Amino acid sequence: MTRALRSLARALGLPAVLFAVWWLVSAGSKSFYLPPLRAILDAFGPTWSSRWASDVLPSIGRLLIGYAGAVIAGVALGVPLGGRPRLRAALEPALELFRAIPPPALVPVFMLLFGIGTPMKLLVIVSGAVWPVLLNTIEGVRAVDEVLSDTCQSYGITGLTRLRVLVLRGASPQIVTGMRQALSIAIILMVISEMFASSSGLGYAIVDFQRAFSIPQMWSGILLLGALGVVLSLGFGVFEARALRWYHGQRSAHREDG
Amino acid sequence: MTRVRHAGRRRAGRSTPSLPRIGLGVLGIAGVAAVFELIPRAGLVSPRFLPPTSAMLEALGREAATAAFWRALLDTARGWALGLAIAVAAGAVAGVVIGSRRGLRAATASTIEFLRPIPSVALIPVAMLLYGAQLRSTLLLVVYASFWPVLLQVIDGVADVDPVARDTALSYRLSRWVTIRHLILPTALPYLMTGVRLSAAVALILAITAELVIGAPGLGHEIEVARVSSAVPLLYALIFVVGLLGVAVNVGFRALERRVLAWHPSVRREAAA
Repeated sequence: MTRALRSLARALGLPAVLFAVWWLVSAGSKSFYLPPLRAILDAFGPTWSSRWASDVLPSIGRLLIGYAGAVIAGVALGVPLGGRPRLRAALEPALELFRAIPPPALVPVFMLLFGIGTPMKLLVIVSGAVWPVLLNTIEGVRAVDEVLSDTCQSYGITGLTRLRVLVLRGASPQIVTGMRQALSIAIILMVISEMFASSSGLGYAIVDFQRAFSIPQMWSGILLLGALGVVLSLGFGVFEARALRWYHGQRSAHREDG
Repeated sequence: MTRVRHAGRRRAGRSTPSLPRIGLGVLGIAGVAAVFELIPRAGLVSPRFLPPTSAMLEALGREAATAAFWRALLDTARGWALGLAIAVAAGAVAGVVIGSRRGLRAATASTIEFLRPIPSVALIPVAMLLYGAQLRSTLLLVVYASFWPVLLQVIDGVADVDPVARDTALSYRLSRWVTIRHLILPTALPYLMTGVRLSAAVALILAITAELVIGAPGLGHEIEVARVSSAVPLLYALIFVVGLLGVAVNVGFRALERRVLAWHPSVRREAAA
């Protein structure tokens, strides 16, 4: 009990101190650009209760759809590439080039091809978030245990069953690593896609406040964006712990053996 | 996680690629170039939106003859390099300080976990207000984004020091400096290099983003100008250049990592394989 309390205090201690410092230091702030934390928090409720349905929810929806698309595309392309060395050799340099293009640089191209609607925003998210998933899937499929692979062959396990019980299962720790990296990229691209010619969304709202010099509102948007990032990262932690329970259990068992 | 990655890499044996491999790669690039040449020519997408590869390369050739292009390239490189250097220095120092004390590590873990997922782009409006379309805006975003990978890697690396070696250093009363130089640095260096490699890629993304969105001088800004003025082949050519820059950063830092860690068992094993 005391130990749990102590670790809780440790986890919350520094953030609480930092928040208090921000509150106190900014309390008497006369600076136009750095308003008191009180003013920011006061602005939070009224600003976002009216914009929740029109800006925040559509943003989160696009984020989740784009992210899901990136994960599906990454795994679907990564499995064949990871399993076929010649195909990989042929496509690797081209993939290396496409991967190296900073995703925000593609926003103008997608705007040109698809306009400024939702499809453009989804494609921006997919085009950036697909890479970590794809590359990690390739590596994961490549590193599937050879003994298990031979065992599957001996038992005549092929096709979809092999894909499910051997390839995807074996590569899943790597795939999840890629998915974690992809999540933070997806949030960034959601915001950027909305900062360009757009009329709704969290990224649009923040830039709109900045242009109108509604500074406390702008800061409240930045806080909301930060909170969104933290919530999604915590949620992903829960998902990872569940999805890879077998893997973490196996590793700690190994460690006890060794 | 690290262990899985090592296993994969060892099996893959990243020795120098053989000739047929390079040939296949060249074939792949040529294939992609041909596809992008044919799509607009076959009328699948109007060349007004997707110019053929040849038109793109032609625009690139014309652009490369102008001084403005090279100035933009230099601006981007400067923002990237300066921001990365600041982030690596700050991340390494903070990482050594936090990583070498268990209590500090526990106390800061939640704060780091909270600050890290805050998307760097949330700072774009702040940078716009404080600095406007200047190099400093780029630096703010680049430093914030590329600080975290270095910090986390160095914390892990310093915490990874072999306890027996640490106790030995204590028993022999090695001075603080000697301990850092001969114990902590060699242990943490592979982690640091991984962090630097990750940060280098992130830094380029944020440098381009800042130029694109805020309008700080550089290739990102040129891309935005090309978009606004509907110079479509140029737009694609500039994106291609940015991609090449990214490839150069990735390849360069992978090579640097190998050189710096040439003494490290993981690299020596790969070379032997």
